[in-house]
This record gives sequence, C-alpha cells and structure tokens, in this order.
Amino acid sequence: MAGCGGTTKGSDAASGDGGSATGRQADPNAKVKEGLKIAFLPKEIDNPYEVLVDKGGVDAVKELKGDGKEVGPSDASASSQVSYINTLIQQKQDAIVIAANDPNAVAPALKDAMSKGIAVVTYDSDAATDARQIFVNQADSEEIGRSQVKLVAEQIGGSGKIAILSATPNATNQNTWIKYMQDELKKPEYANIQLAKIAYGDDDDQKSFQEAQGLLQSIPDLKGIIAPTTVGISAAARYLSTSPYKGKVKLTGLGTPNQMREFVKDGTVTEFALWNPVELGYLAGYAAASLASGQISGKEGEKFKAGKLGDYTIGKNGEIILGPPTTFNKDNIDDFDF
Amino acid sequence: MLARLLRWESVLLVLCVAVFAAGSFSDGFGETSNISFLLLDYSEVALLAFALLPIVLTGEIDLSVASTLGFCSALTGKLWDGGMSFETIVPIVLVAGIVLGSVNATLIIRFGLPSLAVTIGTLGLYRGLAYVLLGDGAVTGFPENYRPLATDSIGGDSFLPYATILVLVVGALVAVLVHMTTIGRSLYAIGLGAQTARFSGIRVNRIKFSLYLLSGALAAIASLVYTLRYNSARADNANGMELVAVAAVLLGGVSIFGGRGTVLGVAMALLAMAGLRNVLFLDDVSNEIQNVITGLLLILSVLVPVVFKPRRTKDVPLEPSVVDTERRPGADAGGRLRRDHQGV
Repeated sequence: MAGCGGTTKGSDAASGDGGSATGRQADPNAKVKEGLKIAFLPKEIDNPYEVLVDKGGVDAVKELKGDGKEVGPSDASASSQVSYINTLIQQKQDAIVIAANDPNAVAPALKDAMSKGIAVVTYDSDAATDARQIFVNQADSEEIGRSQVKLVAEQIGGSGKIAILSATPNATNQNTWIKYMQDELKKPEYANIQLAKIAYGDDDDQKSFQEAQGLLQSIPDLKGIIAPTTVGISAAARYLSTSPYKGKVKLTGLGTPNQMREFVKDGTVTEFALWNPVELGYLAGYAAASLASGQISGKEGEKFKAGKLGDYTIGKNGEIILGPPTTFNKDNIDDFDF
Repeated sequence: MLARLLRWESVLLVLCVAVFAAGSFSDGFGETSNISFLLLDYSEVALLAFALLPIVLTGEIDLSVASTLGFCSALTGKLWDGGMSFETIVPIVLVAGIVLGSVNATLIIRFGLPSLAVTIGTLGLYRGLAYVLLGDGAVTGFPENYRPLATDSIGGDSFLPYATILVLVVGALVAVLVHMTTIGRSLYAIGLGAQTARFSGIRVNRIKFSLYLLSGALAAIASLVYTLRYNSARADNANGMELVAVAAVLLGGVSIFGGRGTVLGVAMALLAMAGLRNVLFLDDVSNEIQNVITGLLLILSVLVPVVFKPRRTKDVPLEPSVVDTERRPGADAGGRLRRDHQGV
C-alpha cells in the first residue's frame, strides 16, 4: 500500500480500510450540503502543481456553493502540516483535503480531525490508510511508474544508462512510482537499460537543478533522465537546454505543459506526461463535499457524482482513480493551458 | 537595572495581552483544545530557548541546539527500529545529547574558539550525522503508552498538555539556577566581562563548559518530546528551529552580548510568539507574512533597548567604566572573546 512508502515501521499504514475509521453510515440519497467549509492543504504552498490541484478543488467547492480555501506551509517538512491541520480543526472546517508530506507524522492530527466529524481526503501523496477516508489517486500508481519507463525507453532507443530525479526521499507517491519503474525495468525488453542512480531534488528548484547537473557530470554515458515531479523536470530541462547535453540526453517525466512548453519547442524535451491537475483537485473537492454531506463514507463500492467529470466509484482502501495520464509533445502541447 | 528589566517585561506583558486580545476575535481561539495546541506547538522551542538562555547570558551562543535535537531524534528512530525498548533508548539519547554538548564545549572552552563559529559548524555536522544514522527514512510506531505524554493534556481535555508541564518544570529549574544561585550570579558577571569575573574568583571555563552539557541534555529531552509528538523520527526533525529559539531569547530581553536577561522575560516572549503564531494561523495569514511579522518583532526587540539606551546601574560588582566600553552595542565582541581565552 502506498501509505507505507516513507516508513520502515509502518504498522499504522498497513491496517484497516479508510472508511471504517469513523464508523459513520453513508446515506446514498443525501444531498450535497450548501455552505460547506473545505480546506485544501498542499505539501507546500509554493508547489506549482499542487496549487493547480487546489485551484480545481476550490472551483468544485464554489460550484457546490461552499466555502473553499487553500492554506499550507512554506517548507515541505514532515511536521509543518500538523500545525495547519490543528488550525483547520479549530476553524471547524467540514472537510480537509491534504497531500501528505509524511504519511505518519500527519496521521494523529488527521485522526483527531475525523473524530471531530471532519471529512478527510488525501490526494497526490497519501497519508496512513486509517488516517483518511478517501485517497484520490491521480492515476493508477502502477500505470504511471511503468509508462515512465516506456517513455524513456522509446526516446533513448532501448539501451543505455538512465537516472531518476525524484522529489523528497519520503514522498509516498514518488517512492511508489519508482518501485514500479524498477519493476518494469526487470522485464526482458529493458535488459539493456540500466538504472544508474536515483537523485533527490527535494522539490526545490535550485537543488533539483544542481542534482540534474550532478547526474550528467557523474555519469558520462547517461542516456536519459526520468523526473516524475514537476519541479524536478523543469529544473532539469532548464539545465539541459543550455548545456552541451541538450537533445543528446533525453529527459522525460511528469510536468505541466505551461512549464515545459519552451523546452518541448526548443528540442530539449521530446515527450512527457501528466494527468490534468485541475481535474484532480476538482474530483477531490467533490469527494470531500460528498463525504461531509454523509452521501458516502469512504467504503469500497460507494458511488458519487463529481460534477462535470461524471460518476466515480470508491475502490479498495478508499481509493478513487482520476484516469490515465495524458502524454504531451510538440504536436499537442498547445492544446493545454495549465 | 532591575527597573529597566521590569520595564521590558511590561512591554512583553502588553504584547502578550495584545496577542491574546487579538486572538479573542478569531473563532475558536479561546477553546481549550486550541490553547492546549498553542502551548504544545511551542514545547520544543521553549526547551531549546531555556537551554540557550544561560549560554547567551555569558555572552556565548549555541546554534547547534536544533541539530542536536535532530540527531537525537534520528538516534531514537535508529535504536527503536533496531528493536530496543523505549525505556533503554531514553537514557542513551540523553547521554548522546550531553556528548554532543561536550563536543561544543571542548572546542569553545578548551581550544578557545568563538562559540558562533563552532556551533554553526556543529549545526551542520550534527544534522549531517543524523542523516548518516537514519538516511532519508522515517521511523514510526512509537509506543502508545508514552505517546500521550507528548500529545495529550492533563485529564484528557484540559488546556494544559503534559509537555507544557515539562516545559514549566524545566523553566522553573533554569530560573532557580539563573536567579537564585551563586552560579547564576556568575553567569551575569561572565557576560559583563569574563576577565573581571575570572579575577573575582569565578571559574569561568568550568561554568561555561557545564552550560553546553546542559544545553545538549535539554535538546535531547526536546527530541524525545518531538519524536513522540509527531510519532515520526527523522533526520530533518526541527530543521531551523534554532532560529526560533534564538528569537525567543532575544525577544525576551536577553542581551546577545551577555549579562542581561531573565527567565521570566524569555517565558513571556515564548508565550507571545506561540500566541501570535496561533492567531495568524487561525486568521489564515500566509507563512511569508508570519515570517515578516516575527522578523519585525525581533528587530524591534533589539532596537528598542538601543534607541532608549537606559542608564546602567550596578547589579554586579564591576567598574562602570569597564562595563560601558565593553557593553556598548557593536563594541568589539571578538576582542572580548580573545582576551577572554588568554588564560585558558
């Protein structure tokens, strides 16, 4: 389970399904209430990707005639989100939608919130399974991990050394994807591809830039980099675009079209992927509102309506999957604005 | 001196009252759960500030306190992950904190190096060692029977967390040490002029050495609170917290040049800062603005005593002329340090 990613003793994360944590009964016929207070708590307030997600979420809450807002810390450390959670409990929000920095550090505070009747939804990076009711997954983790390997393999012609430029070493989502990438690389068709290093840029632009530089200097025959983080891929692209490696070392990963447009057009990057973050937040907003209205409780099999996105069904462990990621290249990138 | 200190503490009292009055306009501020959280959120900072206070009184500094906390937290995680019982881990971690403090002390006192440079060095060193111990991982699952000590309040839902009681006890002990013992009087004397203090028979080096051991021990205690409170032992725990602790000490009216300050002042500064942070959080003030406000408060706290330069009255047996040349803000502190260490 994704919740175990950052821990070596993850007993908290391994047990139970999210829905049973509150013991509340769902009434599928309940209407979504008006005037719900729903707060979005990103890993850090300056993370451009999560700001987009939260924008989608706030829009959804607005559609439902609720009161949505985004608050968050300016550093992505484990404990900084806890103060925000406690504040949101105090403000008697109806729902908290959070991307967890550390699945276990936030768990006690989130459980406290649920015990006070606040609906808890996670997105992007899950918390311990029993510390939230629903996890809105951007796409199937396995599909993301494996598709990244396919992308890079196509671009480097199926053989050579590659590296991964990740975010923080404890980020649940990153670690899950990397696990699937490593698994995908074991397949015979990738026998000639060697994962030389996993570097961590901490989702900090400067650190990611330096790590990208470091990868290219320390591995002279590097053929490709996968950066499954929007901060990492744009920092790496910026370094590559002015370096002699431009076009020779392939860069792919997860990035936003607006961030990557110039690098796709100048040939630094051929192809990268992402789901629509605004839609992810929108879905999380609807899930939170449905939870807070008692329409769903987070149990497997419950259904709810997510506005323009249509109907969704809650899967195993309280997970909802948004849908498959979109691949962007020079032919379609101008169709997207986010 | 006494009158002026009282005046500074009155300023802090006004600040506290203002913060809490402003808080009453924010929904949920006065609730017991919020007050207990407000206090809890500053428990580690308070422990570090009480560790720093005696050191700053002697005119020295220890910027490695939060890194010591981080190292001790990582050590706790490493040992717990290795299957050791929590009862065994606690004394080991305390000893580790004291050992780190003694490294600082040895470099500063035995080798006569400036404490600012040494502890900036160990700030990086101890944090680095924490990463060596635990890498980028996190250890969780600490025993349920101890965790409530760091998270819960007395009687279950009162406004007073157990951790705050620990802070109050530590604060009271430091207050006794600083204000009611001969060692305490020596701290002020050392801060006003180590050479003079030495000539008056004060064992300057021995006292300073012990203060760094105390600092290491308190940082270790703070690490246990932190680790249990978040149920997460990580190498990056309390990253940057030394600056918050130093801010509390300075806002509390303690002179960075040594020789002036009280435990009460620091305690009130901590309360004001914790209250302010909480109110700003409740009002959804962004982190950046919070930092701006805290920064301005800190600058004011060092600026006001300079602008309203009060007349010094004697409270330690020193020649006023000596004090005046040495204690003027911006005076050659380095020169003082160098002379300070000639006798080592």
